[in-house]
Amino acid sequence: MDIATEMKPETVVLKGRKVVAGRAEGEALVTTETISGWGGINERTGTVIERRHEMRGVSFAGKILVFPGAKGSSGWSAYFHMTRLNGVQPQAMIFTRMTTKIALGAVVTRVPAITELDQDPLSVIETGDWVVVDADAGTVTVTKKKPA
Amino acid sequence: MKLTDYEKAMYDGEHGRAKARAMDLLVRYGEALGAERLVETNNVAGAFNASTPSVQPIAQKGMEHVYSELNLDSDEVVEVPHMVAHTCQLITGIDNDNWELQGVDKSLVDMQRENEKFLGRRGVNMFATCTPYQVGNVPVKGEHCAWMESSAVIYCNSVLGARTNVEGKESTGAAALTGRIPYWGFHITENRRGTHLVELDIEVDDMMDWGLLGYYIGEVIGEDIPVIKGRSHQPDLVKLKHFGAAAASSGGVEMYHIPGITPEADTIEEAFGGRKIKGTFRYGAAERREAYEKLQSSTEKKVDFIMLGCPHNSIDQVALIAHLLEDKKIHPDVQLWVHTPRAIKQVAERNGYLDAIKDAGGVVMSDTCPAISRRLPQGTRVIATDSAKQAHYLPAITGVQGWFGSVRDCVDAALTGTWSGRA
Repeated sequence: MDIATEMKPETVVLKGRKVVAGRAEGEALVTTETISGWGGINERTGTVIERRHEMRGVSFAGKILVFPGAKGSSGWSAYFHMTRLNGVQPQAMIFTRMTTKIALGAVVTRVPAITELDQDPLSVIETGDWVVVDADAGTVTVTKKKPA
Repeated sequence: MKLTDYEKAMYDGEHGRAKARAMDLLVRYGEALGAERLVETNNVAGAFNASTPSVQPIAQKGMEHVYSELNLDSDEVVEVPHMVAHTCQLITGIDNDNWELQGVDKSLVDMQRENEKFLGRRGVNMFATCTPYQVGNVPVKGEHCAWMESSAVIYCNSVLGARTNVEGKESTGAAALTGRIPYWGFHITENRRGTHLVELDIEVDDMMDWGLLGYYIGEVIGEDIPVIKGRSHQPDLVKLKHFGAAAASSGGVEMYHIPGITPEADTIEEAFGGRKIKGTFRYGAAERREAYEKLQSSTEKKVDFIMLGCPHNSIDQVALIAHLLEDKKIHPDVQLWVHTPRAIKQVAERNGYLDAIKDAGGVVMSDTCPAISRRLPQGTRVIATDSAKQAHYLPAITGVQGWFGSVRDCVDAALTGTWSGRA
């Protein structure tokens, strides 16, 4: 194996279904826990506030949010809608479990969103990986972060 | 997505810009879901009101701006016509009578009132409660609805056998103007069958028991559909209201079956309808204890605020609180707020319950709740509530510490200023 290949960062391509059209790239923020909108996030900062949530205190603003999906109150879409109006929305959403909350929430957040991936994004993608979401093409391209 | 000719005409703007924008949202939403079509609905319960500081800059431009942006996700500002579906407003952020106690700025009250006029003229009925089914909107079995409010949705699906997904502010805004909602999820019969069997090893009796059971189940099964076996008591509206609200808070449960009680299954077999059982779990004393402990987020026994009525109280619940407070005074360091729909508050007033609660030093609130309004009495550090839902959300939203217990535990804390509830 030559050095060039060895140095090349590892990339993985996942294929899935478009939920909201568009393309975005950025750093992944991954949680295996579902997120509440109303009562679960601060819509002014894009921060998770739910007690006992592993991401409590962490902001998803500008990140590629990788998560199982939505839970909790029906205010989900309204709160993610507000994150967009406040400019602290995630850049894209990758999720595994389709519900009306996440579908409507992704639509009104107006960020590229994708689901039904052929590999589990929650195990393939890690926080800090560089992720390109091309919802129209139905692809998620993951470049693994360099080991520390 | 397949649209009927009439839906296409709305989409193309033949019935006005508002309906065109509403259809645009419904199509984007339906396609996101993977729905094949829309379904007609004539029962919409949504959040249309303007009552928060974040809405104020939009409302200052005019109420059409609020509806266009927040209820239709439309950049184009449209003139809002009369609703075509029967539509009601769920809970709001401000109690129109007790706003000063809430610490609400007068300009926000004026905004909410002006917005109510705007909505009222267009046929949005001002129930202003999270429990429309307690004040006259009781859909019948099989009725397609578009409801928000997770505790109302689970009640609508499970207890009434009507059909709704958990809708949002934008989809209910669009549904009210078009009489359409995506045909997906719980609108479809096969999706309403059970997924998990929950076997009760202990008696689930009072409201607190039902809240704990719901809280436990929601946390374990997330968004699946539990079928509950082994009940030993006939539950009523209040108990199922609390059970559902709790299960929809710790998880995302939108439907359940209690064979013989809820209308879509008389037997366990019918509840699963041939669907493969994804899992079975038991609920006993240890599980009840676990749920109870998860709901306590306080270490401080001295309480300053007692919140009752989440979801909004029935008249019987208000009557019980009035009875427990009769000829007593709540502790001077404690505030007690009891929440009930405005329509029920009127009955409570006529019955003298309001006076009994007032004389003891409590307040009966309507239209809102502390979690929705994010407003508590000033200086509140430790709360106590009889609602698993409120105990779940309020500490997260407002940073207070919280106790959860029975209504008697809570009234007792209101009188003594000290929490002494027990599992």
